[in-house]
Amino acid sequence: MTDRTGSYDVLVAGGGNAALCAAIAARKAGASVLLVEHAPRAFRGGNSRHTRNFRVMHTAPTATLTEAYAEDEYWDDLQRVTGGETDEALARLTIHNSAPALAWMDSHGVRFQPSLTGTLSLSRTNAFFLGGGKALLNAYYRVAERLGVVIRYDAEVRDVRLRDGVVESVEIESSGATTSLHVKAVVVAAGGFQANIEWLKQYWGAVADNFLIRGTPYAKGRVLRNLLDQGAMPVGDPTQCHAVAIDARAPKFDGGIVTRLDAIPFSIVVNRDARRFYDEGEDLWPKRYAIWGRLIAQQPGQIAYAITDAKALTLFMPSMYPAITAATIDELAGKLTLDGAALAETLRAYNAAVQPGRFNDKILDDCRTEGLAPAKSHWAQRIDTPPYIAYPLRPGITFTYLGVKVDDRARVVMRNGARAENLFAAGEIMAGNILGRGYLAGFGMTIGTVFGRIAGAEAAKHARH
Amino acid sequence: MRATDTVVEARRVMEICNACRYCEGYCAVFPAMELRRDFSNADLSYLANLCHDCRGCFYACQYAPPHEFNLNLPRTFAQLRAETYAEYAWPGPLAALFRRNGVVVSLAVAFALAAVLVLTAVLQTPSVIYSPHTGVGAFYAVIPLGAMIAVGLVTFGYALLALAVGYRQFWRDTAADLKRPAGWRAWRRALGDAAALRNLTGGGFGCNDRDESFSTIRRWLHHAMFYGFVSCFAATCVATVYHHVFGWMAPYPLFSVPVVLGLLGGIGLLIGTVGLLTLKIVRDPAPAARELLGADMALLVLLALVAATGLLLLALRDSAAMGILLAVHLGFVLALFLILPYGKFVHGIYRLGALVHYAAEIAPERIGARAIE
Repeated sequence: MTDRTGSYDVLVAGGGNAALCAAIAARKAGASVLLVEHAPRAFRGGNSRHTRNFRVMHTAPTATLTEAYAEDEYWDDLQRVTGGETDEALARLTIHNSAPALAWMDSHGVRFQPSLTGTLSLSRTNAFFLGGGKALLNAYYRVAERLGVVIRYDAEVRDVRLRDGVVESVEIESSGATTSLHVKAVVVAAGGFQANIEWLKQYWGAVADNFLIRGTPYAKGRVLRNLLDQGAMPVGDPTQCHAVAIDARAPKFDGGIVTRLDAIPFSIVVNRDARRFYDEGEDLWPKRYAIWGRLIAQQPGQIAYAITDAKALTLFMPSMYPAITAATIDELAGKLTLDGAALAETLRAYNAAVQPGRFNDKILDDCRTEGLAPAKSHWAQRIDTPPYIAYPLRPGITFTYLGVKVDDRARVVMRNGARAENLFAAGEIMAGNILGRGYLAGFGMTIGTVFGRIAGAEAAKHARH
Repeated sequence: MRATDTVVEARRVMEICNACRYCEGYCAVFPAMELRRDFSNADLSYLANLCHDCRGCFYACQYAPPHEFNLNLPRTFAQLRAETYAEYAWPGPLAALFRRNGVVVSLAVAFALAAVLVLTAVLQTPSVIYSPHTGVGAFYAVIPLGAMIAVGLVTFGYALLALAVGYRQFWRDTAADLKRPAGWRAWRRALGDAAALRNLTGGGFGCNDRDESFSTIRRWLHHAMFYGFVSCFAATCVATVYHHVFGWMAPYPLFSVPVVLGLLGGIGLLIGTVGLLTLKIVRDPAPAARELLGADMALLVLLALVAATGLLLLALRDSAAMGILLAVHLGFVLALFLILPYGKFVHGIYRLGALVHYAAEIAPERIGARAIE
């Protein structure tokens, strides 16, 4: 079937932040652009729909940022969270370009909240989108439409056909029909594979059936698989994903921010056998937030329960699901379908091990257990004040780390070291180059914006020569 | 306490919003929400009336339909507002007038118009009604001043009383557990917010009408309508002073204070109402509550007719059409006074109350913790 919409200089695969930045940049550089988004319009934007902020280097306070966040500090933060699994040249390129990117975003309709005093330290390092990621996407889609980018929803790029490192054609599937397009350059910004349970099973086995996917169900990783199968060089550990503990009642896909739970430091967490399995008070919550998905994935049935009492109820952010409450431990065990005697014993042993201390949820306090394995190192208070409350927990997958290697012009690098001539990558599909492991708030959006702009400009430059 | 489907839905929406908080930059609703973990019926009444229907949150919402969470805050709050209008209405039995309010307002207009026309026709000879009158006291030749003042005072006075009682019932219900009393600072800030429609700015960049794009047009049209209304009201007040203090009788010359205020006010009112009516027709229906369209349209059309007939009366006051135009204009004004406490107009009273509540409870730095990763 031939394409009736005409021919294009640049095809962008994907419809999230990186894809939009690439499409707008390419169009502004004079190229004709087709953007192919797998999702329908209502769910456009991939995981960017669930984002909220952008990590940005700055040397002085701005309207939306307090104090300063210098390149070296930014780089140190990145090194710390990745444990060195980052490409320094690409990382510094990203950090450098985050500052001009902020102005670019502003001039393309993205609106930011004013910096707010008295909030978390992120008001210094991160600019917050007014209304969040979907509002940002709405702004970019409007700009893209106005500039004349052709947007096709409900259309999935299935095959970016490479020959000797050159894209020959692109196969698109839309409402059951397959179209083959010849374009001069391609930007792949189609995300990771976290919504592809079958692929996750390759590394996790049947356990992956019990994972909840926090973001878009459209991140199937088909473009990523397609490129790796054709010899693109992989980066990032394929077995790794960012996994946090979320409310087990969350939907399979797209539950987003409201399913997260911050109750763990003020609870004990037990598995299906009503046994504890890790130190809930090991460190301040933001530093331990992202280990609990993996911990629960390793438990039988991939389910766990945070259990605490009335004293803790107001210590953490509310989630969308109500706490499961009961007047007695036995009743609570019944509601959670846990063994009542086993839960009572776990709580008895825990309560007996709690040492006196001065509770302070803002610091690493001295409320801890003694002689308990595993210990609870901080915020350990006796669980003895009804109503008892519980939240069921499951692993919630945010994103995967596997990607394709790129160079500083966002060109895809092949296994033999050659650069694909007319194939560029941006966003989560290449974020593993820079964020090989760990997590840094708002950095995914920075990588997507910076490399989206580079990829779009480079693709347009290639197409017009 | 009410536990209607709308209250239950509003609570569900607020509990999800409170776990997200991405929209906290749009308006006062979200910082007020963040002060709470649980949402009583009174909290929801307060928050629903604090909502200015800018709809920014609907287009920014990652959980808006067709997402399975199906959040539609502007629509849910609009529906809840309508329920609160009936709940706080005084006297209680007249709350029924808020049901099918479009029809109620239309009937009130028909009744008032007919009453004024019939009374004028019965009490005046046709030669008086259909002849041109000029000079001092021309209007009163057609409709006696005493009748005008008596009917106006009684209906408008009643409207003020009913609105005041409604406000008190709203305040007693929603602000009972306010920690600090609402002092003059809170009132000053609330009046400033109301006068500027600060919460209709969607965080500073406009609100949504047709789609995801932002515009300040609705805010400016509301300003034109509101300040037009105020200007017309001021014209009446000045004229009253002229008449009773200085003994200067209407009609007043074109370049007199009452006529200039009335002319500018009428033009503003007409532009604002026609503009807002147009927006109601072309707007995206997704975040709107369709069952409230009747009430919204009815008040806008009535205000537009008051303005249009007032302007027409001014234009043709020296002609033989003056008599009948005056009766028609006063008929519409009478209808407006009658339905003032039982129609969309009450939104202003309760919203002001919600803004006072907000100003009293919110710390200047506002905002609690954010959900952040």
